[in-house]
Amino acid sequence: MYDSGKIIVGLVIFIVIATLPFTLNLGKAVAKPSPSIDTPVINQMAKKQCVESKDDMKTAHMQMLNNWRDEVVREGSRLYTAKDGKSYNMSLQNTCMNCHSNKKKFCDECHNYVAVKPYCWDCHLVPKEGA
Amino acid sequence: MSINRREFLKIAGFGAVMGLSGATVAAAVKKEVEATGPYMTDPKGLAAKRWAMSVDMSKFKSDADVQKCIDACHQIHNVPDIGNTKEEIKWLWTETYEHAFPGNEDEYIAPHYKHLPFLVLCNHCSNPPCVRVCPTKATFKRKSDGIVMMDMHRCIGCRFCMAACPYGARSFNFKDPRPSIKRELNPEFPTRTKGVVEKCTFCYERLAKGVKPACVEVSNGALAFGDIDDPNSDVRKVLDANFTIRRKPEIGTHPSVYYVIGGKEHD
Amino acid sequence: MIEKALKGGCKYWTWVTALLAIIGIGVACYIYQFTVGLGITGMSRDVSWGFYIAQFTFLVGVAASGVMVVLPFYLHDYKAFGKITVLGEFLAIPAVIMCMLFIFVDMGQPLRVLNVLLHPTPNSVMFYDMCVLAGYLVLNIIVGWTCLGAERKGIAPPKWAKPLAILSIVWAPSIHTVTAFLYAGLPGRHFWLSAIMAARFLSSAFAAGPALLIILALIVRKNSNFDPGKEAIQTLGKIVTYFMITSCFFLGLEFFTAFYSGIPGHMNPFIYLYAGLEGHNQLVPLMWFSTILAVVAVGILVFPFLRRNETILAIASAAVFFSLWIDKGFGLIVGGFVPNPFERITEYWPTTPEFLIALGVWGIGFLILTVLYKIAISVKEESGGEAIH
Repeated sequence: MYDSGKIIVGLVIFIVIATLPFTLNLGKAVAKPSPSIDTPVINQMAKKQCVESKDDMKTAHMQMLNNWRDEVVREGSRLYTAKDGKSYNMSLQNTCMNCHSNKKKFCDECHNYVAVKPYCWDCHLVPKEGA
Repeated sequence: MSINRREFLKIAGFGAVMGLSGATVAAAVKKEVEATGPYMTDPKGLAAKRWAMSVDMSKFKSDADVQKCIDACHQIHNVPDIGNTKEEIKWLWTETYEHAFPGNEDEYIAPHYKHLPFLVLCNHCSNPPCVRVCPTKATFKRKSDGIVMMDMHRCIGCRFCMAACPYGARSFNFKDPRPSIKRELNPEFPTRTKGVVEKCTFCYERLAKGVKPACVEVSNGALAFGDIDDPNSDVRKVLDANFTIRRKPEIGTHPSVYYVIGGKEHD
Repeated sequence: MIEKALKGGCKYWTWVTALLAIIGIGVACYIYQFTVGLGITGMSRDVSWGFYIAQFTFLVGVAASGVMVVLPFYLHDYKAFGKITVLGEFLAIPAVIMCMLFIFVDMGQPLRVLNVLLHPTPNSVMFYDMCVLAGYLVLNIIVGWTCLGAERKGIAPPKWAKPLAILSIVWAPSIHTVTAFLYAGLPGRHFWLSAIMAARFLSSAFAAGPALLIILALIVRKNSNFDPGKEAIQTLGKIVTYFMITSCFFLGLEFFTAFYSGIPGHMNPFIYLYAGLEGHNQLVPLMWFSTILAVVAVGILVFPFLRRNETILAIASAAVFFSLWIDKGFGLIVGGFVPNPFERITEYWPTTPEFLIALGVWGIGFLILTVLYKIAISVKEESGGEAIH
C-alpha cells in the first residue's frame, strides 16, 4: 500500500492510545463496593432510614442533590418533604453528612469504584470523625 | 437515488448537531418544568420584602468592636486569610471616609469622621449591575427578599461581576482557599473552591433559621438589620431617626446599606 | 483542501514547528494555571481583568475587520479586492478562535463554560458576546471555505454564499459593538462609561485589522506566487489611514471630556496611564510608546508618496498595529481598574506564565492562520486567483 510506513506507525499510535484505559488500570481490580453505614449517628437510630429508600437513593441521589442545591441556593427553600411525609433540612453538609459521617467508607466506596469524582467536596466540608 | 460519501457525511454531521442540541434544549426545558416539587421554605426563617442594613459608626466604642463584626462574619463563613492585598478575600471590612465615599472627600471634614473605620460590604442593591452582567445568573437577586445571592455551583469565574460592581464588594478565589483558612472551620458552612467569586450574602443561611446576620448580632446595636418595607423594622427606625447616606447613590444602584451620619453617641 | 497544508517547503515547516513549540509551552503553562488557579497571573482583587481579556478585546477588533475587505467587494463591487477577500476572511477565523481561547484561559472555572448556554441570560452582554462570536466563527468558516472550494473547482460559489457573506458584513460590527458594551455599560467604571466606546472600538479595529492584513498580504506575495494586488494593498493603506486618524481623534475626544470637565473620576485613569498617579507610573512608558507609534504612523500614512512605497507602508502598518494593541489592549483594560472603586491604586503587570499562555494562544491563532493561508494560496495559485461573485 502507499505510505505504508506512515499508516502503520499511525495505527500503532492509535491502538496504544485507545487501549490506555485498560493498560493503565491493569492489576488494579477493585473489590465490589460495600458502603458502610457504621457511624455513631446511624447506630443510634431506632429505625435506620435515609431521606428516601435505599434503592431510590442509589439511583437518584445525584439528581436529588442537584435539586436540593437549586432549591436552597436559588429558590430559598429549606425543607424537603420525603415520600414518607417526613421533613428534612436540605443540606449535604448538615443533613446527609450528619448521618453518613464516614465519607471514605461510604461515599468514596462507590465513587472510587466507578471512577467518579464529584466536585462537591471542593467546597462542602467533610466531617472530621471517621472521614 | 444514490448518495455519495460527502453528502452522507454532511447529512450525518448536520443530523448529529441537530440531535444533540435538541436533546440539550429538551433536557433544559424538562429541568425547568420539574422544578416544582416537595420543597418549601422553613417557617422558622425570617422573611422580608427587601432586607436592608444601617451602619451607625458612632455606636462602636473601639476598633476592636468593629473587628468583632468582621471576625464573626469571616469565621462562620470560612473566609480565608490570604495574607496579601493582591488576592485577599473579604466580605466585610473597613475603609476610611474618603475611600468608602469617594467623590465626597474633602480635607475639611471633621477629623473624627475622617478617621472612622466605616464598615463596608456588599450593598445588596435593588438595581444591581453585577446581576445585570452575570452571563449565567450565578449571581442573582432573590425575588423573595432582594438579597443579591451567589450560586457557587454555577459561577464560571469570568469576573464580569467584579468589573461591574461599583463598590468593590466582590472577591475572587485566585487559588484554592482552604490552605489559607486560618480560623477554625465552621463545619456547617462550605468553603469555596478556586475560580469562583464570593461576597457577603446577608447571612441568608442564618435568616433561613430565624437568626439575624452574624455581624449584626455581635455589633451591639451599631448595625441594624430589617425589612426596609416594614415601617416597624429595626432598620426603618434608624432611618426615620437619623440622617443617613449611601455609597455612590448617583449611579442608580439603590444600595440597601445606609450609613448614619452624626449619630447621637460619640467616642 | 486540507491536504494542501501538509505540503510545504523548509521555511514553511520551520515556521510551523516553531509555532508548535510556542503552543506547547503555552499549554504546559496553562496546565499549571488550571491546577493552581488564576493566582499565577498578575491579576488581583482590584485589577480583575488583565492581559488575557486585553488580548481578547483587541482580537475581536481584528476579527471584525477581516470583513472590512469583504464589504467593498460584495456590497460595492470593488473588483480590486477580489483576491484579498479570502485573506481577510481567513484572518477573521483565527482571530475569533483566539478570542474564544483567551476567554477560556481567563475563566476561573473553564469546565463550566457551557453554563452560559445552559442558562441563557439575555440581559448579560457577555452572553450575547458568546453567541455572536460563535455565530461569526461559523459564518466565516462556511463562507470562506465554500468560496475557496468553488474557486478551486473554477465555478461560481453557490447562490446562498452571497447572502451569508452579506450577513457576515453586518455581523462583524456587531461582534465588536457587543464587546464594547461589555465595558461601556458599567456604572462604576468612569473610564469606560463613554458613549463613544463602541465607536472607538470600531475605528481602532478597522485600523489595526487592515494594517495586519497589509503586512500579511506582503508576506504572502513574497513567499508564494499569489499576489493580492498592488491596488488592493494601497486601498487597505487608505482605510488604515482614515481609521487611524479617526481612532486618534476619538481618543482626543475622551481626553477633552475628562480634562475639560475636570471630574476626578474621569481624569484619574488618564493621569495614571499617561503621567502616573500618586507615585504609581508603571504603565506610563508603555502608553507614551503607543502614542509615539501612533503619531509616527499617522505622520507617514497621510502622505500618499510615502504610502505608495510598500516597505514604508508595512512599517507604518506595524506601528499602527502595535500602537493600537497597547492602547486598546493594555491601556483600556488596566485603565478601567485603576484607581479602584475605593480610589486606591493597585498596579498590574502580567507574570511570565501568564505571558507564555497568551503567547501560546497567539501561536495557535497563527498556526490556524498559516494553515488556512497555505490552503488558500495553493488553491489560488492553481486557479489563477479571482474570487467570483
